[in-house]
Amino acid sequence: MLRFIFQRLLQGLLVLFVLLTISFFLISALPGDAFVKEKKMSEEALQEQRARFGLDRPVPLQYAMYLKRLIVNQDLGISPKKNREVSYILKQSFPPSVILGLNALFIACVIGIPLGVFSAVKKNTWFDYFSMGFAMIGICVAAFIVGPLLQTFIAMKVPALKVAGWETPLDILLPALTLGLAPAAYLARLTRGGMLEILNQDYVRTAYAKGLPFLTIIRRHTLRGGLLPTVAFLGPAFAGLISGSFVVETIFQVPGMGRHFINGTVDRDIFLLLGCVLYYGFLIVILNLVSDIIQALMNPRLRDSL
Amino acid sequence: MRVLLVLSLALGCAFLVSCDDQTTADKAVEKGILIFGNSSEPQGLDPQLVSGVLESNIIRALFEGLCVEHPSENGTALPGAAKRWKHNEDFTVWTFHLGEDRTWSDGTPVTSLDFLFSYERMLTPKLAAEYAEMLYYIKGAEDFHKAKTTDFNDVGVKALDDFTLEITLRGSLPFLPEITKHYTWYPVPRHVILRENEGDIADPDSGWTMPGKLVSNGPFTLKSWRINDHIEVERNPHYWDAAQVKLNGIRFLPVNNTYTESRMFFDGLMHVTYTLPPELIPYANENYPDEVRSELYLGTKFIRCNVTREVLKDVRVRKALALALDRESLINNVLRGGQQPTYGMVPPFGNYKTPRSVEFDKEKARQLLVEAGYDGTTKKFPVLKLLTTDRDVSKRLAEAYQGMWAQNLGISVEIEQKEWTSYLVAQTNLDYDLADAGWIGDYLDPTTFLDMWIEGGGNNRTGWFDKDFEKLLKDSEHVPDAGERLKVLQSAEEILMSEIPAIPIYWYTTNYIIDKRVKGWSPLLLNNHPFKFISLETNTE
Repeated sequence: MLRFIFQRLLQGLLVLFVLLTISFFLISALPGDAFVKEKKMSEEALQEQRARFGLDRPVPLQYAMYLKRLIVNQDLGISPKKNREVSYILKQSFPPSVILGLNALFIACVIGIPLGVFSAVKKNTWFDYFSMGFAMIGICVAAFIVGPLLQTFIAMKVPALKVAGWETPLDILLPALTLGLAPAAYLARLTRGGMLEILNQDYVRTAYAKGLPFLTIIRRHTLRGGLLPTVAFLGPAFAGLISGSFVVETIFQVPGMGRHFINGTVDRDIFLLLGCVLYYGFLIVILNLVSDIIQALMNPRLRDSL
Repeated sequence: MRVLLVLSLALGCAFLVSCDDQTTADKAVEKGILIFGNSSEPQGLDPQLVSGVLESNIIRALFEGLCVEHPSENGTALPGAAKRWKHNEDFTVWTFHLGEDRTWSDGTPVTSLDFLFSYERMLTPKLAAEYAEMLYYIKGAEDFHKAKTTDFNDVGVKALDDFTLEITLRGSLPFLPEITKHYTWYPVPRHVILRENEGDIADPDSGWTMPGKLVSNGPFTLKSWRINDHIEVERNPHYWDAAQVKLNGIRFLPVNNTYTESRMFFDGLMHVTYTLPPELIPYANENYPDEVRSELYLGTKFIRCNVTREVLKDVRVRKALALALDRESLINNVLRGGQQPTYGMVPPFGNYKTPRSVEFDKEKARQLLVEAGYDGTTKKFPVLKLLTTDRDVSKRLAEAYQGMWAQNLGISVEIEQKEWTSYLVAQTNLDYDLADAGWIGDYLDPTTFLDMWIEGGGNNRTGWFDKDFEKLLKDSEHVPDAGERLKVLQSAEEILMSEIPAIPIYWYTTNYIIDKRVKGWSPLLLNNHPFKFISLETNTE
């Protein structure tokens, strides 16, 4: 097991390196840089600013300087647009994204998993059709439609809920619901698929034949196997949720990470973007690993092969 | 389990709190805090290192220049850091007497040395100030900034004593007090910056602007700043005119989704919005008739013509394109925000009379195109590309231009949408045919719209220049009589419009919603409301 984790971590480092390299050169290939403004800066000022951030050097050299700073000093650099340390910006934006992501994931699980399980159990009944229809809508309807609808028809009607903002615990509810609906729908469909496969197994039929109560069969004999695809999906989904969503954060005014991805690209804020990419890549690597370990714990065959 | 607990607790609280019918805006009114929609996260709070409107809103609350804006009169300067000022006969030398009671928010007096330091810092090339050109009115400032001189004593700013500042200009400038209201002319705290940046005047590190460190001389000081969430300022107890300040604080919210911003207002989360999207104007007019504002704003929308392109070199073609646009219809059917159709580049204000240069006239437009040789038979008009941004409203506008040119001139124009930075780069590199653009004035003088069209000017971006036009601009700097000076500038604008390197479309308006309880907020052309005169009234009924 330890060897497996160590191997995966090494692979993860390689993934991060490739990710960072590709991102760096792609961002550098974009037209313009962080100092392109509507009111154009004087040539002298432009030169001075570019020199300050090392952006006047050839791109490979810039990359080497960035890597050196990152590895030797563990320094993510200064955002040329915001004139602040990237680590400071990420540190401020990380907690809201994690809180929002965790709640969205919680909502997704609470809605998606039971819906999937019941749909599988009540296969081809009205409940199944209804819940899978709901799941299809959840996947198809984008957050930029769900968000404003929730704002207009719920937040503006319920005095305790706010249209946007990030101050009280209640402010988490609507953005988390918006963010959690799509993964809830995925989870429902995945869980249904996984459960259906297990429910058709011989050992489940045997359990029925033994006269075990229905709930015991579901809880003790099918959930563990049926949820395997769900767990595999949860790792990357979790990383996606907690690294923030531009749409949901913008609609609900959540001061999280998601906005930096898009605004950083428009602003050509190279170091902030690379910081975000690194952070997102790191989360994906770690959470994929965690999801693999959980799967191994749930599935003895996998566990033995590690 | 813990998440479940938090959620159930939160829901429990929801029911408890739902009994409270006071909105966030109501509570803020009671506390005397204005909640202000401010579009986006500011780039920074160092007045010398930013160049945007949204930054200027916050900086105006924190800092104060030599003069401040009048709350309701355009072009009137009130005492700020300076208690009075005088000028010589031809407006080339100005003496500002600073108030001895003016202090920084840490109690240190604001002296003329602070101003000297600020202007030197702004002009030091190493700082790379984005908008240092605003100080080029000062004699010798441009040379110092471009490192042609290195001794700041050669720049026309002198401290006659601790509280007297003398500014010598490169020409006559009857409206200098107007310019000193701009944030580029604000003082920055010498003692704090030198301490934070270890004596380096040109260190661009803006650590000194962080909460707890920022020291300012305006009516408010920085209380808290959370990225993409809020910036809050609170009353500055050391402010010289603290008795005038009614608000206890201002909370600036960087809400860049304009629909969310409007919904926040409707939901009682905000007192003033930054803008109001065109689609929501009818709804707001119906439901909030007393709170919707549509006011003239000192800005011009225009289409840049790349005059280095063969077809656009011909002024008749540019003029034809300009005359073929029905501005009234555009405003009434597409924009619906009460904008004003233009007939020149400089919006009309004060005593300046904008020369009437372009109006909708499709017959004449067609005739000009034929004169230019494009009669539809011998020479075919090439397909031009119209560059615009990827914003929704830009696309709608571009489609309207496209339709009007097709209908009125029979020419086809392709729309090319680019994201913001690529759009700016394409214009700077003259890699476009026509480009949808605009300009917001920085101060109340025609030069803020005319200076940009000089040869090689960073904001010209058309490839056009004209020696006579530039000579008139230069000449205007040596005309001490204000009325005569404006006439010279009118002649310059006539040249610009006869050559029409940019086709003016409309003069901007600001559309926004403002809570009835906000008092002391009058329409201002620069939309630069001085917060010290603004108050919140608890009883409106």
